[in-house]
Amino acid sequence: MKLVTAIIKPFKVEDVKAALQAQGVNGMTVSDAAGYGRQGGHVEVYRGAEYTVDLVPKVRIEALINDSDVAKVVDAIVAAAKTGKIGDGKVWVIPVEDVVRVRTGEHGAEAV
Amino acid sequence: MPEISAGDTAWVLVSAALVLLMTAPGLALFYGGMVRAKSTLNMMMMSFGALFVVGIIWVVYGYSVAFGPALDAGSFLGDPSAYFGLNGLLNTSAMALNGGYYPIPATAFIVFQAMFAVITVALISGAIADRARFGTWLVFAAIWVTIVYLPVARAVFYFGDQDANGGGFIATKIGALDFAGGTAVHINAGAAGLALALVLGKRIGFGKMLLRPSNLPLVMIGAGLLWFGWFGFNAGSALGANGLAGVAFVNTLSATCAAALGWLLVERLRDGHATSLGAASGIVAGLVAITPACAFVDTAGALSIGVIAGAMTALAVGLKYRFGYDDSLDVVGVHLVGGLVGTILIGFFGTTSVNEFSVDGLFYGGGASQLVKQIQAALIVMIFSFVVTYILGTILSKTIGFRVSREEELEGVDIVSQAESAYDLVDSSKGSSKGKSA
Repeated sequence: MKLVTAIIKPFKVEDVKAALQAQGVNGMTVSDAAGYGRQGGHVEVYRGAEYTVDLVPKVRIEALINDSDVAKVVDAIVAAAKTGKIGDGKVWVIPVEDVVRVRTGEHGAEAV
Repeated sequence: MPEISAGDTAWVLVSAALVLLMTAPGLALFYGGMVRAKSTLNMMMMSFGALFVVGIIWVVYGYSVAFGPALDAGSFLGDPSAYFGLNGLLNTSAMALNGGYYPIPATAFIVFQAMFAVITVALISGAIADRARFGTWLVFAAIWVTIVYLPVARAVFYFGDQDANGGGFIATKIGALDFAGGTAVHINAGAAGLALALVLGKRIGFGKMLLRPSNLPLVMIGAGLLWFGWFGFNAGSALGANGLAGVAFVNTLSATCAAALGWLLVERLRDGHATSLGAASGIVAGLVAITPACAFVDTAGALSIGVIAGAMTALAVGLKYRFGYDDSLDVVGVHLVGGLVGTILIGFFGTTSVNEFSVDGLFYGGGASQLVKQIQAALIVMIFSFVVTYILGTILSKTIGFRVSREEELEGVDIVSQAESAYDLVDSSKGSSKGKSA
């Protein structure tokens, strides 16, 4: 089992969600995030006073998947989230020791 | 004694309600959206609080001190006992008296003027956002309106008894023109705001970190409501449903549009973008500047005053960073500077073509004499307000305390003063629901 985490631009959430569903990924967790990468922040101006906003709004998507699906799921996310401009985000995969479905008590791959 | 005019009375009563709308909720929203989320409710409550306190003072002794017969010959104050508790005026027969009788009830004039006192106090609160103690603010409002607003309002707005004797010295002795309160309201509030900003000191992080407006849509709604109400403020100051009100009304439209565009143009050229906060600010700057001049200038004058005010205030709001005073919401930059622009430019753009009581200014063949009077009036109000407010603010700071503690300021004045939060945007901040019900 693997945990896929994707940090993407907020307006790409619907595209990535559709791409994951097309790959048979049945569940995900979406949360608002803020951060910066190579693109840095942006500048806002209020009554002439400039403020550099270092942390840019992002969305974090997390999904649990089976080992065999890793390559196609990651490819699907990257394809859906890509604009080609700086600040598109990142996707990473980490191994998961165990997963439990709370309702049934199932463990492991059955619970994914 | 004139007969009551139904039309005039209706217009003045409606205008009074419109001026109330400027403070609550217009100014409350304009200011409330401009502060951080943790200070929004406290900011709005300062406007509402000013309304509660001044509304009572006005009917108890305020009107009598501002518009009653003089305390003694040559006094700058009216006799508080003359109309104490509106004695003799709160009935169906008393007529409005201000340098002669108007065909409206005394009550209509009293309530219209009450709203001017209220908003003048409320305007000051923008200079001390995020850090003032609410209780002290209410005490300040009561004392300030008594020792600063009432004498200034009398000097500017009082035209004397039924024979026009004993009128305020700015209105009748200096002879400055101020139709709806460029001096008594805006220069007065702006100078007081500067004094209080200096007394309370800078907010934690001023000039270093992001003190970003929490809700610009509220600011836009507030600016729109202020504009709507301002038609009552300016056109209502004609105290009748007549041509003078119409002139003031039209200029309140055109000057304000010019000011908003003037502000946006400065932003576009200087910062690269025309912002919504700039539009809202430009609207208020234009309204402030046209307030004293609205019945005295033609279209060219109104548009000129508007665009000059919009551009100058857009530049003036940067001064606080240069000089290091934290006038949080730019009461100085918008109201003091806008008030000065409007009051002084009457000396250039005044024209008798719109109103026989106007005076021809420098650009209309009238020479510089009116300009000198306008500058005198502006300086007197500015200096008086600044000095008295600075002393009052200092006394309150040293005795009952005017500023919240450092910890309270970091936590936010909404929680500290009101025990409430303006927004519940994050589920995890709800905490447990344990509590007591009334």
